[in-house]
Amino acid sequence: MIKADSKLLSTLPPGFALHDTGEDGSQEYFLNMGPQHPSTHGVLKLVVKLDGEKVVEVVPHLGFIHRAIEKMGENESFVQYIHLTDRMDYLSSHINNLCVCMAIEKAMGIGVPERGEYIRVMVSELQRIQSHLLWWGSFGMDLGAVSTFLYGFKEREKITALFEELCGARLTMNFFRPGGSNSDVPETFLPRVKEIIQDLKFALDEFDALLTKNPIIIERTRGVGILPKERAISYGCSGPVARASGVDLDVRKHSPYSVYDRFEFDVPLGKNGDCYDRYWVRMEEMRQSIRILEQASAHFPPDPYRSKEKPNYKVPAGSYFASVETARGLFCTYMVSENAMKPYRIKSRSPNFSNLSAINEMSAGGKIADLVTILSTLDIIVPDIDR
Amino acid sequence: MTPLSITHPLGDWIRQQLPSPFAAIANGLIAVIAIAMLVVVTAIFLVWLERKVCARFQARLGPTRVGPFGLLQPVADAIKLLMKENIRPRTVDQLAYFLAPLLPITGSFLVLIVIPFDHNLQVLDPDAGIVYVTAVSGMGILGVLIGGWGSNNKYSLLGSMRAGAQLFSYELSMVLCMLLIVMASGTASLRNIVLSQQGTILDWWIFKLPVAGLVAFLLFIVSSTAELNRGPLDLSEAEQELTGGFHTEYTGISFSMFFLAEFVNMFAAAGLGATLFLGGFLAPQIGWHPVDQLLAFIPGFIWFAAKAYFLIFLYMWTRWTFPRLRIDHLLSLEWKFLLPASLANLLLAATLVLFKWVIP
Amino acid sequence: MISLNRFAGSVSALLKGLGVTLNYIVHPKRVVTREYPENRETLTFPERFRGQVVMPHDENNDHNCTACTLCEKACPNGSISILTTKNIASKRVLGQFVYRLSSCTLCNLCIEACPFDAIRMGHGFEMAGYTREELDLILNKKEGR
Ligand code: SF4
Ligand code: SF4
Repeated sequence: MIKADSKLLSTLPPGFALHDTGEDGSQEYFLNMGPQHPSTHGVLKLVVKLDGEKVVEVVPHLGFIHRAIEKMGENESFVQYIHLTDRMDYLSSHINNLCVCMAIEKAMGIGVPERGEYIRVMVSELQRIQSHLLWWGSFGMDLGAVSTFLYGFKEREKITALFEELCGARLTMNFFRPGGSNSDVPETFLPRVKEIIQDLKFALDEFDALLTKNPIIIERTRGVGILPKERAISYGCSGPVARASGVDLDVRKHSPYSVYDRFEFDVPLGKNGDCYDRYWVRMEEMRQSIRILEQASAHFPPDPYRSKEKPNYKVPAGSYFASVETARGLFCTYMVSENAMKPYRIKSRSPNFSNLSAINEMSAGGKIADLVTILSTLDIIVPDIDR
Repeated sequence: MTPLSITHPLGDWIRQQLPSPFAAIANGLIAVIAIAMLVVVTAIFLVWLERKVCARFQARLGPTRVGPFGLLQPVADAIKLLMKENIRPRTVDQLAYFLAPLLPITGSFLVLIVIPFDHNLQVLDPDAGIVYVTAVSGMGILGVLIGGWGSNNKYSLLGSMRAGAQLFSYELSMVLCMLLIVMASGTASLRNIVLSQQGTILDWWIFKLPVAGLVAFLLFIVSSTAELNRGPLDLSEAEQELTGGFHTEYTGISFSMFFLAEFVNMFAAAGLGATLFLGGFLAPQIGWHPVDQLLAFIPGFIWFAAKAYFLIFLYMWTRWTFPRLRIDHLLSLEWKFLLPASLANLLLAATLVLFKWVIP
Repeated sequence: MISLNRFAGSVSALLKGLGVTLNYIVHPKRVVTREYPENRETLTFPERFRGQVVMPHDENNDHNCTACTLCEKACPNGSISILTTKNIASKRVLGQFVYRLSSCTLCNLCIEACPFDAIRMGHGFEMAGYTREELDLILNKKEGR
């Protein structure tokens, strides 16, 4: 082992001292997990203080993929900013786009026609399912069941292909616009959605057989990485992470945007806030999203899909705020306009940043393997943390 | 059941041609070369098979481009690995770092020597074959331990320490399973163990000892998976946690030694399982004469390979289905469940053997 | 008794998992792989697929662009530069439509901005090049009108 000399120690975060642990002179040591590590899901670096295999402290280092998206937004027009939000949480890009559009709509008083709203809801829910499917796959892989990764992607691919038909892109959608969406859905949309729902129901059962009831998964996730309710609130967690801890927070339900108030769905809540609850909440959310999709596709309204009033792209002075529920939690856009083409300041609140901040509390005292499990159930997207 | 001496026409012929000391040397050389060839061919074939089977489990096609059905893919892999720069970190322990990749492949080589591939196809048949196998098969994990320690990397160290803990625990229940067979068949020579299973399928030890045989077989599969360092018990590699575990610091040829050894080891373990539980090279006889004769017509090494590959398929199947255990769960699984279970199973088998409650 | 039940439950769950993967291996139809360079000929794209921006030309090699520079303004990344010239009637026409693929995010905004349908998203997706300069494209085939 390399002795932890003063030069090495100086790279540690402040207050991150290594202590002697045992009578036999054994010492804590630290391990850099990332930025190149198979299970940090991108360029996240975790400095982990370890005592043997036991995690003592975790300090996330951010900023490896910081692109100053908010600053870039100040130099682009409001509509141009939409496509930048694709690149934050790339698995919720439709929903991020929606948030910006809603803020612009509020600012300019643009209404959205019925069909446009339904398109928004359905696409958002498809996006949520798609994101959770990918999460499911990578969750299995982080725990060592590599095949699940492919199964998750295989199901996700169907939704991605649908998006490709819908807007031409698979990841960076840039589909919603103030007042609706950039184009109407293609004719094949509804039948394809119905097909996907059928496939999904089958796939979810298969997923249950593979992981949900698997005793190894249960052993590895039950009671691991517990985040109590109060702590989840004080860390500002949102989305499935907060709901697994029992925080009843879902913008779709509690301050419904778009037409979410017309649909019947439940907000699954966990009891213990452990990894298994986070897993279960996401699995259940996929089922709820399917419910919403079924209801929406049963009453899909006719044209028009986009309101006629073209935005004049000059947003009246003031500050505007919109929030949506992405697959990972609460996403908010706050923008200040000075009656110009470009925003004076634009700020996005991304769910992952707050969710990640709880990682030390959750993983201290567990094993390294638990750290990987916890990181995986947090479902982080690193570009969303750094923006 | 009198033990027959192992003679192969080729060996006999050489013995006739050459005086005895030279004949022994020549025969030994032939055997070593044959086993070495087997090691290379199995490793290469198994790499292909694993990639193909894993792909099919994952709804993929697997290698298809290099050669027919991608059969030459492992060769391409090997060339790539050989041409890679062999990076040796500055702070490694030179001797340990260099020595470690050689040990696992040596271990599996030594195990293959005593495996009876056919009636007359076995290099050596020591009386205490089982003891020998247990002794040399630990070498693989020894290589992992030394390599992880010598790499001077925290991930490697963690991986190798896990490997050590895993070896000491799972060796126990594996040996107990083997002991059960030794007890039932009354011999520790692998060849005689196979010969003690002559008869129909029901005479294989997996079925002959009611329940106990099957349980021992399953325990053997589980503990040998742990010994082989394969998923879901590949704790010392644990890609998602330790990036590569013990072989994090290895590249190129030294990494490929570890990599190939894993596959040869798997073949050796599967061969051992087939020998102990599935009647080794014996043809599966079902007790109906015409079919039996047809089955017996197929040479023994094909039966052996078929059984071994069946077990290999089992290893792959579990690997590509289950998530990995955590290290403390792994150890408590062994000490709290597998070890007591194999002890109880041994007791059960002893009772069965004692009162001759075996399937006739 | 409870633990025995749990044990049986665990074993059956594990077996079910094995069943799922076995199902994949015995049903080769479930393979989803598409072999890419080989199937290049048969690749189909949805109509709206957003590949690199192209400028459709008619049989006389003419295009619809009037050099109004709306697309240039709409582009969030400055990927488009409209270089104008004067034609014989000293009218401002398109000289070169410079399109920098290397900085394009395929966002579709330029297409939405164009009032004359002069450009659209093509289906090209193999965009790799060895140098940055290879990705600076000129979309119109001839200068002027
Ligand atoms: S697609 Fe978007 S980034 Fe590309 S040239 Fe058009 S407007 Fe610019
Ligand atoms: S492509 Fe369209 S928007 Fe761009 S300059 Fe030509 S006519 Fe104007």
